Amino acid sequence: MNINMTLFFEMIAFATFVFFCMKFVWPPLLGAIEERQKKIEEGLAAADRSQKDLELAQKNAEKTMHEAKEKAAELIDQAKKRHAEIVDAAKDDARAEADKIKAGAQAEIEQEVHRAREELRKQVSLLAVAGAEKILQKSIDASAHSDILDNLVAEL
Amino acid sequence: MSEAGHELTSSGYIKHHLVNLQVCQTEEGWQWDPEVCSGKFNTVHVDSIGFAVVLGLIFSLLFHRAAKKATPGVPGKFQAFVELIIEFVNKSVKETFHGSSKLIAPLSLTIFCWIFLMNSMDWVPVDLLPWIGTWFGIEYLKVLPTADPNITFGMSLTVFVLIIFYSIKIKGPVGFFKELAFQPFGKWMLPFNLILEVVSLVARPVSLALRLFGNLYAGELLFLLIALLFTAGPFGILGGAIAQFIWACFHLLVIPLQAFIFMMLTIVYLSMAHEDH
Repeated sequence: MNINMTLFFEMIAFATFVFFCMKFVWPPLLGAIEERQKKIEEGLAAADRSQKDLELAQKNAEKTMHEAKEKAAELIDQAKKRHAEIVDAAKDDARAEADKIKAGAQAEIEQEVHRAREELRKQVSLLAVAGAEKILQKSIDASAHSDILDNLVAEL
Repeated sequence: MSEAGHELTSSGYIKHHLVNLQVCQTEEGWQWDPEVCSGKFNTVHVDSIGFAVVLGLIFSLLFHRAAKKATPGVPGKFQAFVELIIEFVNKSVKETFHGSSKLIAPLSLTIFCWIFLMNSMDWVPVDLLPWIGTWFGIEYLKVLPTADPNITFGMSLTVFVLIIFYSIKIKGPVGFFKELAFQPFGKWMLPFNLILEVVSLVARPVSLALRLFGNLYAGELLFLLIALLFTAGPFGILGGAIAQFIWACFHLLVIPLQAFIFMMLTIVYLSMAHEDH
């Protein structure tokens, strides 16, 4: 074991390398590692957050979908009801219209009947006058006896 | 291998391998002869310090390159590898040392990587680099820096200086003295306490340096002995190859472990220096 000057050179070399390492090697490398750790931590936190957001969004979507379905069902119900109402109303209208047409036709018929009857009466009175003329062998002034004829017609 | 002209003996081979390439200044100028320089204090082990500095530069430049390109985004393969080591060291420091210090983590990283690289020279076949050295007229070459007590003591004494520095900085000179003098037996046993505590304090760098030195020196020595087996005929070559393989595998454990132990104990000692009672 020869202890000599080498020892001091080694001490100087050691101190130099440690100093170099302390100044130029350790801080940038550890800094990079720590920064990456922070980034990864943030990334994981962000992933967690977005996962939660996703769950919330899914829940919201489900809720919205449910609501939409309910609304749609309601709308369909309403539409059905409205449809029934419209059909009913149309039926009523049609019935009323039919009644009206029927009533008009009835009235016309009655009018026709009335007119026919009047016509008939007139014909009958004319026939009666002609008959009476034949019977009496002389003409009768139709206008002089019109009141009698009218009475006759009314009695028919 | 042994230089031409000398007879190759087992003990000569081993001794030759355990001599550093060294230089010292005498009245006759620079001397490269180990016979002259050995034992002189102004000798420098050129091989130990040379390999140590080269390996330290490899570590520093590689990590500096990674640090320059470091991105907090997706890391490249090399950055990921460097970050693996950084995280490992950072975890070790955080588990043991609870204060805040800008020095301890980079210090631990340097210790771990540098010692690991220096220990790794043990995997290089024992004769390879000395043999290449002979091409350039280098007679002696010890490639394993951590098998040189100068290197291990150089590191552990630097750590020791830091222990003393932080003890005084954190606790104050009085607090540091109190810790040494009034523990563990109270103030009536002051001299005894002082002896006990100073011994345990001094034992730290000594044990730190000797543990690393001893492990690697023994490892290298065994590699040398195994290398000798290769001269003992065909069975020797076969046995030597097997033994070499097994011992190298064993060093897969020893080399990182010794680097880790040196780093861990440094962290422990420095965290003890930071603790104020």
